[in-house]
Amino acid sequence: MPDTTPSQTVGPYLHIGLPWPDGPFAVEEGTSGGIWIRGTLYDGAGQPVTDGLIETWQADPDGRFDHPDDPRGAVRRPGFRGFGRCPTDAHGAYGIFTLKPGPLPGPRGPQAPHIDVSVFARGMLHRVVTRIYFPEEQTANAADPVLCAVSDPAVRATLIADATDDGYRFDIRLQGENETAFFDI
Amino acid sequence: MTTPVEPEETARERGLTVPGYRRDHEVHPPLDFSGYKSTALRHPKRALTLLPHMLTEITSPVLGEDRIGELDNDLTRQHDGEPQGQRIIVHGRVLDSDGRPVPNTLVEIWQANAGGRYRHVNDNWPCPLDPNFTGVGRTMTDAEGRYRFTTIQPGAYPWKNHDNAWRPAHIHFSLFGRAFTQRLVTQMYFPGDPLFFQDPMWNSIPDPAARERLVARFDYAATVPEWALAYEWDIVLRGREETPFETEVDDD
Ligand SMILES: [Fe+3]
Repeated sequence: MPDTTPSQTVGPYLHIGLPWPDGPFAVEEGTSGGIWIRGTLYDGAGQPVTDGLIETWQADPDGRFDHPDDPRGAVRRPGFRGFGRCPTDAHGAYGIFTLKPGPLPGPRGPQAPHIDVSVFARGMLHRVVTRIYFPEEQTANAADPVLCAVSDPAVRATLIADATDDGYRFDIRLQGENETAFFDI
Repeated sequence: MTTPVEPEETARERGLTVPGYRRDHEVHPPLDFSGYKSTALRHPKRALTLLPHMLTEITSPVLGEDRIGELDNDLTRQHDGEPQGQRIIVHGRVLDSDGRPVPNTLVEIWQANAGGRYRHVNDNWPCPLDPNFTGVGRTMTDAEGRYRFTTIQPGAYPWKNHDNAWRPAHIHFSLFGRAFTQRLVTQMYFPGDPLFFQDPMWNSIPDPAARERLVARFDYAATVPEWALAYEWDIVLRGREETPFETEVDDD
């Protein structure tokens, strides 16, 4: 059996290869009920990371995926890709336009609505992975198996987005004070 | 350890267990690698929390041919004229670590031109841009997991990480696979490059055998007479764990 291929950094010139014109739109621009998830990527000195890339992957509002490996069956929702990709700008900021995901079944009960996030950047030899949860989902969040595995409440709090006028804010801190909780995927 | 299999109805009410993907940490570079200076402020210091693979982790976007333009897999034909440099074919298969091909998955590449210069505002080392070379390619793997690009041999380029630092010639690759867990961004290198010894990206990979898996093989059989040299490079993504439903129920 072949061994897996190692990861390498995206390097400083990721912008020529990875961004897509429609990358930030996990759902078609202008879709009603759409939300913006915006945030800034920070390094360990608190400086914005201006050469990073944020990718998001999530279920649709009914908690379904358009994917053959979902044992419940693939469900395609018109205009919804579920995947967002946005490079960070000169201020370290990113934005993804999407629909709020629904709850999902997990092995021992439901999972709270969440979005999986990958962070790539120059200076990162491998991606890091985190999850975005929603502040109004207190009950579901309290029972979510992944959130519950993060025992320190201050660390768990880094996984909950803040509500804003047009959606949510989710800053990502790679290191240092309020370092985001990252997952071994 | 395994859990007893529940009657289907109960399992559906209580939850849903799906087969995950095997973890392969030992293969990848650490996020904190002193030889690559920019990692210092860009690696988490807290230990990572284990994320069991559930529905979001075992799925990923199903991206179609609509993401691909006709000339996206031929980096030598994206402009009016031909780019400078040695024309090459880079081909291979995307597999998982069970040896199964990964069909219909998006492969994206980007690279420097023949002189080692990227078409990017931040790359200003004294080497000319090539008006006939953008350095970006995309393709989908076929039903057998095969991909193929036509491009030019990229040049080595200097950077400021350490004294007299040069990156070995490489092509950046980005792959989706069929699951969020399989997402991989990496770099393909060329055989016999004299610059490996001083390259922190190369040296960051702990296992020397794993480093070699980033090196393409010169492929004389696929070399096209009077046209292009060929290199073959297979990319291996993480394979599946055994499904919980296929394992024996523990008696203890
Ligand atoms: Fe590069």
